[in-house]
Amino acid sequence: MAVEAVEIVVIGTSLGGLSALQVILRNLSHQFPAAIAIAQHRHKESNAQLSQFLQQHSSMPIKEAEDKDLLHPGHVYLAPPDYHLLVEPGYLSLSTDEPVSYARPSIDVLFESAADSYHERTVGVLLTGANRDGVQGLARIAAVNGHTIVQDPTTAENATMPQAAIQSIPVDQILPLSDIAPYLTHLCFSVRR
Amino acid sequence: MSIPLIPVMPAAKSTLEDIEIQLLLEGIYQYYGFDFRDYALASLKRRVRRIMQSEEVSTISALQDRILHDANCLERFLIGLTVHVTAMFRDPSFFVTFRRRVVPLLRTYPFIRIWHAGCSTGQEVYSMAILLHEEGLYHRCRIYATDMNDYVLQQAKSGIYSLRLMQEYTHLYLRAGGTRSFSEYYTAAYENAIFRSFLKENVVFSQHNLATDNSFNEFNVILCRNVLIYFNSTLQKRVHQLFYDSLCSFGILGLGRQETLKLTPFEQHYEELDRDNRLYRRLH
Ligand SMILES: C[S@@+](CC[C@H](N)C(=O)[O-])C[C@H]1O[C@@H](n2cnc3c(N)ncnc32)[C@H](O)[C@@H]1O
Repeated sequence: MAVEAVEIVVIGTSLGGLSALQVILRNLSHQFPAAIAIAQHRHKESNAQLSQFLQQHSSMPIKEAEDKDLLHPGHVYLAPPDYHLLVEPGYLSLSTDEPVSYARPSIDVLFESAADSYHERTVGVLLTGANRDGVQGLARIAAVNGHTIVQDPTTAENATMPQAAIQSIPVDQILPLSDIAPYLTHLCFSVRR
Repeated sequence: MSIPLIPVMPAAKSTLEDIEIQLLLEGIYQYYGFDFRDYALASLKRRVRRIMQSEEVSTISALQDRILHDANCLERFLIGLTVHVTAMFRDPSFFVTFRRRVVPLLRTYPFIRIWHAGCSTGQEVYSMAILLHEEGLYHRCRIYATDMNDYVLQQAKSGIYSLRLMQEYTHLYLRAGGTRSFSEYYTAAYENAIFRSFLKENVVFSQHNLATDNSFNEFNVILCRNVLIYFNSTLQKRVHQLFYDSLCSFGILGLGRQETLKLTPFEQHYEELDRDNRLYRRLH
């Protein structure tokens, strides 16, 4: 169990992520004490409707990240299409670096930068997906003593991504989709500064 | 309502890597004059790590040793550190809006000066030249295209791009409101598309570093897209001051798709001409 207060939860997902994210966001309260940043793979020409769509299922304010947005607890930030989303201490930044394993936004980029900036106060959540993006990032979160959660592959629309993570790193929790939000709530409320 | 998160990395907790990066950037600044000290750290770190891989060194200090003693290594570092991704008519709706909202304002000037800051390999500059040509304004324009990196500027100057890219660029040109046949603007030679020379007749390419250099003219339009995201707020503030000082009254500032003037001291000095497309107009 984490002994430090969690400051940031980073979530990564690809194929099947849309419905998985709905389930998680619907079950988190607007008083959630950490900031949430999400990288969902999507086509580079998709528009800003993902945040509007997810907003219908959540009481937390959800926005597509703009450069240098400050991180507020209880707020959800989405990686914009065709940009990497990176976590800095206290705020977010964006980049148009080359895609990483064909993805921009890349889950690895988000996770690794969160681990660099928030160390053990980071929670990484890897959900359904059909590739390996996010595995390295989750390993980095583990390496700085952050907390790692992977969706139980049997509850994933596509099991490749969670399975790859489970095979490569000793993750802290493997949870069915429906248990992830309650667990995050428990974890993040249990220790506050 | 909600309070901002307090940054959780006090100086005492800096990792060895953080310290080495600071030393590296300080050394490069002191010795070569390139100032990366106020770049956004997270993306900078990623690229430094990648350069370490290609240079086959295992610590940042080893990389520093090599860069400070070998100017060729500095060249490779400069290329590797900055991101040069660009495209013609990148974000087509920006150009559609520029045509609709900015071109009518430009028609009122007898002579128009435009600054593309951080123009990379020049695609954005040629896109604007094409747009202004189609609007019948190009002959009244002078475009200043600058970047800190001489290597990309040379490519920009040549106006030669891989022919493979033209299909995508044609598509973007049409979505940006282009009305002609895009192939009118270049000739194909082997694997390359060579852009027609009239498109650079009114363009001045030159080296300019936003972190260290000053204003060099007064402009009616300044475009700086997808450059400021690589800077931290301190450097962003410097550059916004520079832009403000370099724009004429009612001049236009265009930023990248996810960039804003929000939270900068300059927010009140501009009106939003088009929010979604990040076009601002300097007040008086
Ligand atoms: C991602 S490209 C943007 C190209 C183009 N504006 C676009 O949006 O397509 C960023 C460019 O900024 C340049 N750049 C980075 N730091 C700079 C600085 N301090 N001064 C001037 N240019 C800089 C880089 O060399 C690179 O060519």
